[in-house]
Amino acid sequence: MARKLLLEHDDVPGIETFEVYRKLGGYRSVEKALKTMSPEQIVEEVQKSGLRGRGGAGFPTGMKWSFLAKPEGVPRYLLCNADESEPGTFKDRYLMEKIPHKLIEGMIVSSFALGANLSFIYIRGEYMWVLEILEKAIAEAYANGFLGKNILGSGYDLDLRVAPGGGAYICGEETALIESLEGKRGNPRMKPPFPAVKGLWGCPTVVNNVETIAAVVPIINDGGEEYAKIGLGKSTGTKLISASGNLVRPGVYEIEMGMTVEEFIYGDDWCRGIANGKKMKACIPGGSSVPILPAHLITKTAAGEDRLMTYESLSDGGFATGSMLGSGGFIVFDEDQCIVRNTWTFARFYAHESCGQCSPCREGTGWMEKVLNRLEHGQGNMRDIDLLAEINKKIEGNTICPLGDAAAWPVAAAIRHFREEFEWHVTNREESQTRNYGLLKAPVVG
Amino acid sequence: MSNTHVDLSKRHSEKPTFSAEKIAEVQALIASYPEGKSKSALIRILHIAEEEFGGWLSIETMDYVAEILKIQPIEVYEVATFYTMFNLDPVGKHVFEVCHTGPCMISGSDNIMDYIQQKLEIKVGETTKDGMFTLKTAECLGACGYAPMLQCGKKFHEHLTKERVDEIIAAYRSGEMPK
Amino acid sequence: MVKVTIDDVQIEVEPGTTILNAARQIGGDVVPPAMCFYSKLPGTGGKCRTCLVEVAAGSEKDPRPMPKLMASCSTQVMDGMIVKNKTSERVQEGRGGVVEFLLINHPLDCPVCDQAGECNLQDLGFQHGGAKTRYEEERRTYDPIDIGNKIKLHMNRCILCYRCVHVANQLTDSRVHGVLNRGEHAEISTYIENAIENDFSGNMIDVCPVGALTDKTFRFKSRVWFLKPMDVSCECTKCSGKAVAWMFGDEIYRVTARKDKYGEVEDQDGKTGWICNDCRFEKKDPAKWSIEGPRKINRHSVISQGHYQSPRGNSQKKIN
Repeated sequence: MARKLLLEHDDVPGIETFEVYRKLGGYRSVEKALKTMSPEQIVEEVQKSGLRGRGGAGFPTGMKWSFLAKPEGVPRYLLCNADESEPGTFKDRYLMEKIPHKLIEGMIVSSFALGANLSFIYIRGEYMWVLEILEKAIAEAYANGFLGKNILGSGYDLDLRVAPGGGAYICGEETALIESLEGKRGNPRMKPPFPAVKGLWGCPTVVNNVETIAAVVPIINDGGEEYAKIGLGKSTGTKLISASGNLVRPGVYEIEMGMTVEEFIYGDDWCRGIANGKKMKACIPGGSSVPILPAHLITKTAAGEDRLMTYESLSDGGFATGSMLGSGGFIVFDEDQCIVRNTWTFARFYAHESCGQCSPCREGTGWMEKVLNRLEHGQGNMRDIDLLAEINKKIEGNTICPLGDAAAWPVAAAIRHFREEFEWHVTNREESQTRNYGLLKAPVVG
Repeated sequence: MSNTHVDLSKRHSEKPTFSAEKIAEVQALIASYPEGKSKSALIRILHIAEEEFGGWLSIETMDYVAEILKIQPIEVYEVATFYTMFNLDPVGKHVFEVCHTGPCMISGSDNIMDYIQQKLEIKVGETTKDGMFTLKTAECLGACGYAPMLQCGKKFHEHLTKERVDEIIAAYRSGEMPK
Repeated sequence: MVKVTIDDVQIEVEPGTTILNAARQIGGDVVPPAMCFYSKLPGTGGKCRTCLVEVAAGSEKDPRPMPKLMASCSTQVMDGMIVKNKTSERVQEGRGGVVEFLLINHPLDCPVCDQAGECNLQDLGFQHGGAKTRYEEERRTYDPIDIGNKIKLHMNRCILCYRCVHVANQLTDSRVHGVLNRGEHAEISTYIENAIENDFSGNMIDVCPVGALTDKTFRFKSRVWFLKPMDVSCECTKCSGKAVAWMFGDEIYRVTARKDKYGEVEDQDGKTGWICNDCRFEKKDPAKWSIEGPRKINRHSVISQGHYQSPRGNSQKKIN
């Protein structure tokens, strides 16, 4: 088993309480940061750590922090993005449910580093019971002097609140999150200005994912350089992976970046292979919006090298033969799964979640859903397959926010790698309603 | 599709009013935001209002919330119709929201959905005659590793099998919270 | 001042100017179309994506091209920026895509639409639309409804530019309509049956780029190209009283604000010349106005002063 930095002690009874968490070394980073470090030093450590945003985009966290505008007399805000809604992703929920104080600890240190005195955790509304866990933990942190006025006698004040969403994937986009937190519809804002300049209530704001904030704790405890030693190249540290689909042991795992995909899927300490003795057909390694790969391209790159659990290796080959680490939502499909049906559910998801503000996304996602619905239900034509690719191209890159791309990519990738299965749905309309296509007829390596 | 206009037959006959305890909770929530930013409390107040006033948001409820926050009613309607958790029509006592997005679908959510429909003798979108259950589909709820699943109120029911569904329905029918 | 080049034409503009406004300063066909942006309504823009342009060089300092097409209405120019609009194939292709999206659910009911002849979507479809549709699905439909006794809402035609929402926010004291639902189900609505009663609500009609919001007092009265637009004015306590009367013979068929070549309400006395509902809906008697003279309609559309004489005979038929 690899070392755990985020999920450390997740199996200890009572770890969700302040008492147990503190006894096992919790809140050390707050003591260290507030008593011995300046905000600038914390930002520097985070920069040294090479930590990249864990929400999906992988943007260097230290750099994001350094962009924060600091005009005199204007409050700054840190918002934690706990709107985890990308299909295949449930890691943040696990962390918050099991070890809520880890997130709170990270929020205190990060807020101090950014000069925020009021910070929010914006959590998806469906995780209401997790919100209650967090609020209980926050109350404990207040009671023990880690939140509120003059924390640990440092002179630093911080209030931390949790705010729920109401059911909208789009609020994971940082400007939509801000709109939602202001009590509005989750319509993403036009950028620039970026939140670092004009965010919550028009003030400079940083939005970071739950896992990103939690990772600040070990970075401060052990130092950025130590953290950077874990992992491989620019994929430093550990990463939470949400494993789902047809696996023997799905669940949330903390991995050291750099392990092989093969080991992760088949290893005894990890997912233990495909359930029911079946073969793997395909895998989506980074949440529903990243390209799906057929089995032979997920464990090996097109060049025949081992595919590794890193940002770089998973995207090796570009969109032609690679994918992305994204949010770490690792979805595995066995030989019995229908790629067309799965693609339709994703298209339906994105059409359902489009805010409807800009025309390519509003109209394009709905159109793709309808075409895929027909294809899946034996009503498709060959021209529909090319039409989907065309619609894709017209959405991609032309929308206000990345939801358009997120909706386009999975459809494009499914057609790229599984075109024969789409065509089979057209040429065998009736049969496709009674059985699934099975494994690709194309050569499968390994 | 037709225009979104409220079905005026579905209204609260009396103006909804929070209990003194709830009003205190709502006022504390509003006060937790900086001055002039009270609209930020809207979504959470709508959750509270839905829970308090029958599991759905009537025009009267939304107008009441607008009044509390001193905003225009349309600002509440816009938000309530944007977020899918809010029910804008009356619902049964327990609302089953069965996830059917990719990871749940490949883990058998279609069969679970069929089974629930059969068991409750209703289709998606309907409410049982006794007003006990409303059945809906949901898009990804963040339980992919524990699929298939359904949400009922604040509770996630995961690793669903037909047997689990039987247990859950039986528990709700007898007024208990399923394990 | 900063220098920007749009379709090989160089111009110097104030810092902070958007690409679209810089292009408008050049004029002619380097100007990208804009369906949602409205310079007189702060906060509009960015949504329709018809004004997308290619930024071939970001600035003098950082001449790298921007990877994505940019919304020209909400992207500010930088010194040394090079922009391609009509000269970019990517732009033409992307805009064609946007037009296709805007039209898939549009009813294409131009023959019975009061906006025909002055509709931005019609122009856009003419310039960038495909010859036939690839959309085989059922179109979404809504019933036309009255919002207030003078304004008709045809949601089928709406492109969700949000301009009317901004009008209500910025010109009236309480907004009763807005955008409800989301995604492809998003719609302009009052939710409950609610009349929009406000002295300036009629301006929603003037800012609507399509036939979604139309003037009920003008409904099916005439095709706009058979009317003679005249600059008129009156003493009005609520607004500038400077308007355009659309006349047929001696009759006023409708009254609108005075609009420029981009369809935006012109400034009057240093302020945007929004007109009040009394002037728009209630003053159809020519005696209530002093007529200043024919309005110059400087645009490519069929409503072009001087090309049409007042028609007589059967061309005035009502379409019901």
